[in-house]
Amino acid sequence: MKFDKYEWTAISIMVLLFILVGFIQGWSVSLVILNMCIISAIMTMGVNISWGYAGVINFGVMGFLAMGGLAAVLVSYPPVKEAWHVGGSGLGISFILLVALVTVVYFITKLVEKKSHKYWLNGLVIFFGLIIIRYFFLNATDRIEEVDPALAGFLGGANLPIIFSWVVGGLFAGGVAFVIGKVALGLRSDYLAIVTLGISEIVVSVLKHEEWLSRGVKNVIGLKRPVPYEINLQTSDWFINMVMWFNSSKLNQIIDADQKQEILNKLIIDSSSLFVKLNYTILFFTVMIVIYYFANKAQISPWGRMMRAIRDNEVSANAMGKDIVKQHLIIFVIGAAIVGVAGAMLVTLDGLFTPSSYRPLRFTFIIWIMVIVGGSGNNLGAIFGGFVIWFAWIEVAPLTTFLINLFTSGLDPQNAIRLHLLDSVPYFRYLLMGMVLLLILRYRPKGIIPEKVRHS
Amino acid sequence: MVDFINSIVVLLNFVIVPGLSYGSQLALGALGVTFVYAILRFANFAHGELMSFGAMITILFTWFFQSQNIGLGILPTALIALPFGILATIVLGLLSDKFVFKYYRKQKSVPVVLAMVSIGVMFVINAIVRIIIGPGDKKFLDGQKFIIKARQFKEITGLNEGLALKSSQVITILITIALLTFTFWFLQKTKTGKSMRAFSDNEDLALLSGINPDRVVFITWLIVGTLACVAGTLYGLDKSYQPIIYLNLVLPIFASAIVGGIGSPFGAVVGGYVIAFSEIMVTYAYKKFFKYLLPENLEPSSLVQLLSTDYKFAVSFTILVIVLLIRPSGIFRGKVL
Repeated sequence: MKFDKYEWTAISIMVLLFILVGFIQGWSVSLVILNMCIISAIMTMGVNISWGYAGVINFGVMGFLAMGGLAAVLVSYPPVKEAWHVGGSGLGISFILLVALVTVVYFITKLVEKKSHKYWLNGLVIFFGLIIIRYFFLNATDRIEEVDPALAGFLGGANLPIIFSWVVGGLFAGGVAFVIGKVALGLRSDYLAIVTLGISEIVVSVLKHEEWLSRGVKNVIGLKRPVPYEINLQTSDWFINMVMWFNSSKLNQIIDADQKQEILNKLIIDSSSLFVKLNYTILFFTVMIVIYYFANKAQISPWGRMMRAIRDNEVSANAMGKDIVKQHLIIFVIGAAIVGVAGAMLVTLDGLFTPSSYRPLRFTFIIWIMVIVGGSGNNLGAIFGGFVIWFAWIEVAPLTTFLINLFTSGLDPQNAIRLHLLDSVPYFRYLLMGMVLLLILRYRPKGIIPEKVRHS
Repeated sequence: MVDFINSIVVLLNFVIVPGLSYGSQLALGALGVTFVYAILRFANFAHGELMSFGAMITILFTWFFQSQNIGLGILPTALIALPFGILATIVLGLLSDKFVFKYYRKQKSVPVVLAMVSIGVMFVINAIVRIIIGPGDKKFLDGQKFIIKARQFKEITGLNEGLALKSSQVITILITIALLTFTFWFLQKTKTGKSMRAFSDNEDLALLSGINPDRVVFITWLIVGTLACVAGTLYGLDKSYQPIIYLNLVLPIFASAIVGGIGSPFGAVVGGYVIAFSEIMVTYAYKKFFKYLLPENLEPSSLVQLLSTDYKFAVSFTILVIVLLIRPSGIFRGKVL
């Protein structure tokens, strides 16, 4: 991984910004932003792989993130035994019936020759099949949802460490992407954008309303953490010793024992929350570096070259004997799987799963702005885009408040316009995002760190 | 016989009238999307926000007129404010074209880039709308709310079931009919309309025969602005105005346009009604309907609902996916005006 001067500048500006925030708003704020930046960067790498490498558009980011989040719940939550007891068999039967239905449809598609017959037969089989399955399924799910609705009301998970869910989330998202890709990848790019956007809405609405699976809008809270809890840290000796060691010079100046103890307690509480965030940062950063390493390797490999060839000229790549449909499907699935990993990490960081928080504006379009601003086709660019845009997304609010106060300082503090503007501070970030996207597309269409063209 | 009429009234009240008004709103929106697609050749993600902007301006003028005590009596004041909203929406459309879209059109950028650009425009308009009017729920329907209330209907006809007819629904349907008639007359009969159809069919040929592309684009934004503002305002009148709704409305609108055959105005209208009716019919509980039709011992015990109303939104995309799989060019073979 060799960076040129320009890239080093970009990286150092970013580092400086975080240090600046650390000094002005506190290190805790800085680390919170950094963690989300890293997760955003992983999402952008996922999008970048399908869009930047192969030109396959993926507007279903939100849906894949939600699948990752679901994986986090299903992996880490303890199983609700009673729910399995009352509803497990019903679910099993409906699953077997579903498999049977899919097999029947598959054989009808294979065996029946005439196209119109095929559609009618398939339609009929699916219609009646679904009615039968619904009967068993609704019975089972109703019973599951009745089990202790205030606390459970769903099947629960596998009670494994949540860190496994990062892989499982990738698999879930990749699986969904495989189905979507099979269905939709033949479409023209702008149709594909709309279709993936629509399907991601379907995925989220399923997660919102299938309470037996994801607890739906009742949300899942209190997921296990991969890192220690603050409260345990505050009582463990090694941590207290470490805090004392770090702040020894400061503590030694204070002679009064009571005061010293008081300050030490405060330091311990502060540093325990910092320590937890730092642990997350280290974990996420490792994942990001691993993905970045492999993404880069893939890009310069023969496979990556083939992908670029397909992106730049489908017809001639096809003429060279490349299977475009298959390669598009592969890269769509890989990209979605990386987004799924990011989704699982997002839920891990929050410790809760709220399906209604998945909105396309926040989780699809912003990610795309990150990719385009950063530079599609360049992994470092994608990461940089994720960092810059998320940083801006968070820091715009205090900045606009400051600016509005500055410009309206001549006005009466109770002035209606001033108050109205201060109320609408959160929406200025949308304005900024739109403007940034438009400006970049106009004056630097390849992004801040553009793709490197290799002549080899 | 009475049972049969009762069941029909149930259907009318809960499926057909709401379907017609929602379908009209979708149809107007989809028509706008189709115009942009056929003439400017890109998928305009900002269309929903254009509708929202138009509705917002209409609301602001409605409030102004209400404060001046200007009104239409039983009709909503929004109807006087509508022309101002339309004007503002057209201006916004033209401005976005001049400062944003024109550059890419001259560059002959690929449609995907233009779609991305429209997302940028979407963000900007979204922010402007929210900064001006705020994210909250705004009601601006005044005048007489119902033409027939359910109870009045029962008293007049002596039936068990009532049919409530909201004035916003009737206004929606009437305005839609008028606007659609005008648009189709314009496209088929006037010289400008014909030049637009020629332009969308084959740009180079149209240019060769002396059609001024700037004029075609200008007229397109006039039509798109009008359609967007009317659709947005009618939706706001019928339900209620909330900026976030219009963002969610973009997808059903796209679905309508694509299902009907994107680029085909007639298809867009049909697609709008198809999507609206399927959304409502699939999620409606038919229990009451069957209660009147079937003999007592066959009465259904469950709700007879195909999908729960939670999935209302998902229905339109499912139809979209099915149509794209079976007939990618839509019901009416799109691409040309």
